[in-house]
Amino acid sequence: MIVVNTETIPGYEILEVKGLVQGNTIRAKHLGRDITASLKNLVGGELTQYTELLTESRRQAVDRMIQQAQELGANAVVNVRFTTSSIAAGAAELYAYGTAVTITGSSAKPVAGTSSAPPAAPPPPSSVG
Amino acid sequence: MELLIQIIVPIVTVAVLLLLGFTIGRARERRHFADLDSRELANREFVVTDLRTVPPGMEPQSARLVMGATVIASDYLKTFLSGFRMVFGGEMRSYSTMINRARREARLRMVESARQAGALAVINVRFETSTVSGTTGRNAAPMSEVLCYGTALLPAGP
Repeated sequence: MIVVNTETIPGYEILEVKGLVQGNTIRAKHLGRDITASLKNLVGGELTQYTELLTESRRQAVDRMIQQAQELGANAVVNVRFTTSSIAAGAAELYAYGTAVTITGSSAKPVAGTSSAPPAAPPPPSSVG
Repeated sequence: MELLIQIIVPIVTVAVLLLLGFTIGRARERRHFADLDSRELANREFVVTDLRTVPPGMEPQSARLVMGATVIASDYLKTFLSGFRMVFGGEMRSYSTMINRARREARLRMVESARQAGALAVINVRFETSTVSGTTGRNAAPMSEVLCYGTALLPAGP
């Protein structure tokens, strides 16, 4: 599964647009983290634990998006965007969305991204100009 | 006597916290900026752009998403000084250096992960900033997350 935030994928050709796919996750931070964070607020600097928490959560959102794309029979997601919003004090939503597409290699071999069963009607590789 | 304690204790506490921000916070910030400078120098040749197209002369065979993120907090001194700035208005320089630090760090992390994957360049770079709501109450200090993401161009297929 190739995931990019450009509209096209260098080295590949988009055969079919499957539609918008998305993944989100809402995470709350726990009290222990909050206490260390409030201590960190005195001296400033990076809050490593929060960075890890948000990075991990964002990866989960991307994974959910990829899963949705696989269900549609896509083998790539293009034009991915991220947004973050705070829902309540201490909770943040991480959202990833993009367009699921099927691609083939224009120069290289086709990507074997989806290992599961292929969709009902796989697009013929030669029919798209 | 009791009244005296009630007045003095908070003043001393605030003074200590301010001093903490002034000394430790500043030293850490200076060290971080020095670190950022040297890492940026090391990655100077690497092409990072927010253009959506492949730079001329490059022939990538594949691509993948790369990102870098960081959460940063302000120190007590900055939060305190910003209280005054809120009254008079104008540029909050202490906060702009803070956000700048986070942005440069996030960008470097993205670049470093792209280089680790053997990328030629990173295109279509986007920055996103969001507020991570901090401790509640009147002492709520600003905490921000900066995310930097883009498409790394890879020389060979997967």
